[in-house]
Amino acid sequence: MTEYAKPIKRRKFNSDAAWGYAFIAAALLIFIMFTAYPVVSALIISFQDYKPLGSTFIGFDNYTETFKDSLFWKAIVNTIVYTLLTVPVSLFLSFSVSILILPFKKRMQTAFKAIYYLPAVASGVALSVVWLWIYDPMPEGIFNKLTAFFGLGTHNWLGSSTYAMFSLVLMAWLSSHGTSIIIYLAALLGIDGSYYEAAELDGANFFKKLWYIVVPCLKPTTLFLLVTGVIGSFQVFQNAYLMTGGGPDNATTMVGLLIFNNAFKYFEFGKAAAQSLILAAIIAGISVIQFKFLGKDVEY
Amino acid sequence: MALYNAHTGKPQIRIIRNTGIITVLLLFAAATIFPIYFMIISSFGEPVAAGSMDYKLFPTSFSLESYKFFFQFSPYTWRWLLNSLIVATTVMVTNVLFASMAGYAFSKIKFKGRAVIFSLMLVAMMIPYQVTQVPLYILIVNVFHIENTYTALILPGLVTVYNIFLAKQFMSSIPNEILECAKIEGCNQFQIYFRIILPLSKTVLAVMAILTFMDNWNTFFWPLLVTNSMDMQTIQVGLKSFKFANTTLFAPMMAGATISALPMFILFFSLQKYFLEGVTVGAVKG
Repeated sequence: MTEYAKPIKRRKFNSDAAWGYAFIAAALLIFIMFTAYPVVSALIISFQDYKPLGSTFIGFDNYTETFKDSLFWKAIVNTIVYTLLTVPVSLFLSFSVSILILPFKKRMQTAFKAIYYLPAVASGVALSVVWLWIYDPMPEGIFNKLTAFFGLGTHNWLGSSTYAMFSLVLMAWLSSHGTSIIIYLAALLGIDGSYYEAAELDGANFFKKLWYIVVPCLKPTTLFLLVTGVIGSFQVFQNAYLMTGGGPDNATTMVGLLIFNNAFKYFEFGKAAAQSLILAAIIAGISVIQFKFLGKDVEY
Repeated sequence: MALYNAHTGKPQIRIIRNTGIITVLLLFAAATIFPIYFMIISSFGEPVAAGSMDYKLFPTSFSLESYKFFFQFSPYTWRWLLNSLIVATTVMVTNVLFASMAGYAFSKIKFKGRAVIFSLMLVAMMIPYQVTQVPLYILIVNVFHIENTYTALILPGLVTVYNIFLAKQFMSSIPNEILECAKIEGCNQFQIYFRIILPLSKTVLAVMAILTFMDNWNTFFWPLLVTNSMDMQTIQVGLKSFKFANTTLFAPMMAGATISALPMFILFFSLQKYFLEGVTVGAVKG
């Protein structure tokens, strides 16, 4: 029997591994402290009647109370309404705009991309302050002048429960779609020209090409934007907080704002934690459903 | 050849079509930037209370009185800008540093638990911020007792998982051969990171720096929670304080909004390429 030389143990591996740990040490420490620990802590707090000195364990009370709370359900409905009204419209608008930008030279495309992206650069607080004045309830208000011009009368846009939600939705429609437009355009430029060529040989017109080539090719992009859009919309908080405060009569109270109020207005940390975890579960559920139903034939 | 018909031989049709498209695009653009336009032109109005407001769509007078008024509102207005600058700059630097280090380790160094730790971080990225906000607040205010300090404003943002992910994605595409070469030449891991990885990742790190700076300049929620005196507020929270104190002063409010947004506009127009690139860098490859 011949003796085979045993493979030399790789000393290099160990020192490399040590470097690896050293390189992630800072990031890992920050992650554990400010993300992982808070998540675990939120779970614990959600089962407590939280008090800074001595919380008491109260089981599922925070959860059952939340499910019995009519305001919570109203907030859920408001959030769903807001999402259904904003996300599909945003997708449609950014899809259309990216299609319209496509035939132009690169410099023109960049100019338009920059214009559409610009509002995303301004802070949400600044924009909400501006919109507050655009929606001035007096007849002199900019938006009231516009609606009066078209014979729609003047309204107290943010102050009436009929129009407050619509006002926030309109603001979302006219805010920046730059991100989605840029992502769509990048995907559009990635479609292989031979598809169009083949379609042209078969006599397809512009709309046929749009429907049978562009829409299917952009499906992964649409799915990505849809899922991230819905996730973002379910967490929406800032505009409602700054512009309507959730009012009037909780017509614009969305889940994000409800949690904020419970936590930092009424200091019911346990309830807020329970509601935030319910929100997380809802978001996860919706994302899974979206992937299941729409992601079937999407290749990554 | 392309989605659009070339209309070869019929240039008139193409010109008409393109003019139509540009008109639509410009109309949409006008609607999108109208609030910003309105904010800027209105900020040059006089700082008088809005009894019977007469809004103007085109500038008729030019006065900087409203800016003066905004800065005189509190002795801390300049401090707000400085606070925002300090916080955003610090968070930007730490993010680039820690995310690039972690990104390198996650993409190029083999160590036990690498995959587990990384996927744990990715999962955490999907948890909405509402979940962590209450425990974070308790941690900073009730445990560390550091509310109303720069530390409180900066700590939770030191490095984000998104940035680590971004760095890892990009660095994965750096060929291993280069790193092997460097190793044979006698570089240790730190030298590889510092001399090879960092220079090769310049673009993505620049994008990361800019977007992180912008996010933190514009952030409102966390500073609102952990500051309780005017001298520690950031410009965004300060703007909200101003809004609450002067609900009827239209032009000064617009001046304040303009001031809070202006640094980002300047940054955007001077580094536009990185902003626009930054959008796709995480989304398309991810």
